[in-house]
Formats: sequence, C-alpha cells, structure tokens
Amino acid sequence: MAYTKRHDGRKMDETRPVEAEVGVIKNADGSARFKIGDTEAYAAVYGPRELYPSFLKNPSQGTLRCYYNMLPFSGMGNRVRPGPSRRSKEISLVTHNCFQPIVDLRAFPNTVVDVYIELTDTDAGSRCAGICAASMALAHAGVPMKDLVSAVSGGKVGKSVLVDLDYKEEAYENEEVSDMPVAVLPRTGEIVLLQMDGKISVDEIKKALKILKKPIEKIYELQKTALKNSFTGGEK
Amino acid sequence: MSKVLFEPKQIVVPGETLAEGMDNLPGEGTFRDGDKIVANVLGLMNVKGRLISLIPLSGKYKPKRDDVIIGRVTDIASKGWIVNINCAYHAMITLKDATSDFIPKDANLSKYYDVGDYVLAKIVKVTSQNLIDLSMRDPRFKKLDGGRLIEINTTKVPRVIGKAASMISMIKEKTGCRIFVGQNGLVWLKGEPKGENVAAEAILKIERESHLSGLTDQIEKFIVKSLK
Repeated sequence: MAYTKRHDGRKMDETRPVEAEVGVIKNADGSARFKIGDTEAYAAVYGPRELYPSFLKNPSQGTLRCYYNMLPFSGMGNRVRPGPSRRSKEISLVTHNCFQPIVDLRAFPNTVVDVYIELTDTDAGSRCAGICAASMALAHAGVPMKDLVSAVSGGKVGKSVLVDLDYKEEAYENEEVSDMPVAVLPRTGEIVLLQMDGKISVDEIKKALKILKKPIEKIYELQKTALKNSFTGGEK
Repeated sequence: MSKVLFEPKQIVVPGETLAEGMDNLPGEGTFRDGDKIVANVLGLMNVKGRLISLIPLSGKYKPKRDDVIIGRVTDIASKGWIVNINCAYHAMITLKDATSDFIPKDANLSKYYDVGDYVLAKIVKVTSQNLIDLSMRDPRFKKLDGGRLIEINTTKVPRVIGKAASMISMIKEKTGCRIFVGQNGLVWLKGEPKGENVAAEAILKIERESHLSGLTDQIEKFIVKSLK
C-alpha cells in the first residue's frame, strides 16, 4: 500500500506540534528546551569559562564543544548503556560543525563554551531538536553569534516527500524510506547541516528542501518569541 | 534611503536585521553584512545618532578597566594573589597593588589575604589576551569579613545600583545594611539578620523584575512591608 496519507493525519509539509522555552536550567549560563512531537531536547550552555587541560587552549579564539546525549530511558528504552556511543559522537560532531561558523569567540581567547544537549524523550528528529535547543541556549547565554539555527528533517516514504518524519515513518517497512535532517540559518538561508540516510533521488531532495522552507520559518519564529518572552515575562 | 527596523529598547535576537542602508554605523553587539546592520547578540536596541548598538541582556561578566568588583582569592603565588572574579578569566593582585601598607620581603602572604577570602578591588589593567590586574591600594578596597554574598546577572547590576545610585542607597537606608555591588554581579551585604534577609530578597527581586519601570518605588514598598 502506497504511503499517501500520514498515519497521524498531518499534511505532507506539516511538522508535529512544536514547543520552545528558554531559561529552563537555572545553574547554566544559558539554557533552552525544544519539543517537537514526542521528541524533547534540553540544551545547557556553560561559558565562556577557563579551559582545561591547558594544552587545548587556543590563544587566538575561544573553543566550542558540543555534547549530544540520549538518556537511557528515552526512545524505546533500549539505550540502556548510558554515555557516549558511536552515534552520539557523530551527532556531537555535526552539531559542532553547524555552530562553529556562526559563533564568534574571538573576544574570548583561551576559553571554552560548552554546549550540552540531553534528550529525555525521542521519537526521531532528535538531532534537529537538539540543534534548535542549542541555538536558543547559546543566544540566551549571551554568546556572540551571527544567526540562530533552525532545523527540521525532511525525507520521503514511498513516493511521498514529507517533512519531520517521526519514528513510525522512519521505520516504515513496506516502502523505501529516506530521512534527511537539515539545519538552516534563517536570515540567509544557508544550510549548515545536511545529512541523509536511505535512498532518495536528486529531484526528491530538491523537493524536500523546498517544502522544508515554511516549517523552518515557523520554527524560527517560535525560537525568536521564546527568547524575547524570557526577558519580558510574557507568555511562554 | 536608510531605514531603522526596530524601536529603541526593543529586544532583538542574534541574526535579526536592525537597519538597512549605509547611513547608520554598526556599534557594539552588531555587525555589517552588505548594506544591512545585523544583531550579533541577544540585547536591547540602542540608537545614538547614526550609531546602532545593542545592550546585551545576558552573558558572563566582561572585565573592563576601572570596574569595582568582588572576587575570591583562589591561590597565593610568589608575587601576589590569584583571584576568581566570576568571569572567564582569573585576575591577579600583585604585591605592589595589594594594600596601602608596606609588605616586607619574605612576608607570609596568607596573613594579608588567605585562600577563600573575598575582596573588594578595582580592575586596573586588561590586556588583549584578558590578563587582568587588580588593585586594592585605596582604603575603600578591602577584605570582606562576614556578611553574605549573592550572585546576580552582571547585566542587571546597573538596575540594582539605580540612577545616581538611587536604588542601592534606598535599600541601604531602609534595611540598615552595608552593601557592596561588584560590577561582576557579586553583591556583598552585612547587617542585622532581618534587614539582611530583606535586602537580599529585594536585590533578587530587582534582578527578576528588571524589565519593569518604576521599580524603585515598588522595591521601597516591598522592603517597608517585609520589615514590619
């Protein structure tokens, strides 16, 4: 049976319900929560602070470190061994690569900014949720940066190109599935993260990138309001 | 024709375009991209003539010359003290600048300031690599004995002090506390237990409600009510 109707009744270019909140972790210099459907990410930023061991210090600019971690009880509860894995190291790296070009740490030589992303609940799209949360947390921590980052996944199930796949769609068995997380700088439209697994044609990639634009804009607006409201005491 | 896209005192987030055209100049917290001026930090819009800058709303303390700060002595070196000043870099008080007294050669430095002591000091030098020198060669700079310390966001310090120190003198007067506010966001206060409690609560209240106007009157009411 072809996948022409999504199992939860969403439109092809519709994301799951999104929530964004800033300042959720009191001890951190900046923090944020980003929830999309059943995927929930917490990000905490510490720093700029002194970097140890000293040989890692960079006297020309500050260092950025990102950590992505899924908690053992997240997802299907099958990640029972906590701590870093092959997968979380990869995602930490791509998250770092997506923030490195936009944060400006020249004013903080020899220091480090640590970004911790923890996922309490995952239902696919976790690296995108993590990046959205981390971008708000970095801004909240007062780190100079050229732009926020908004991310969402695109992809296809069977012949349908769609946005923000959940786990059921990602693991759809009867059809060809492809999942493509994308992170964008909303002001310029530059892409800072684009990964893909599965099988997808060039035309379908182009179509996916096109229908991603509207949901990305929506997410960006939410991030912006969450950041502004955290200082005016407005509605969360 | 140039266009400024935000009103003064509006909150902007990094990446938002603040102004278009070449008539304005990018100030602190902004950068130029083509003919646009774009925000670099989360802050409040500030327009001064042609200059567009942002007043940051968050972030760690950035050391500046002549700032009076509160720090904790973390180590004693051969030529002075190393002080944690609640920012990304530690600071140094050299023997020469440590007190107005004479310090003899081979003196036991922990007799002056020991590890763990809190001191009130002034920043005299910040280098490009953020090596920070402090000075305590003025009678108003001293070791802080007793009392309590609270930490507030460094961007809220001007609000706690108030215009021409109106807020802080009001709190001092009403609660009878001695209060020092470090530019780095550490506040030291000492007084009668009740007054001290009320003053600490008032300062934290200012931090939480700093975006409201007419705050001095509200805080005054709050203190009077709490002291009853």
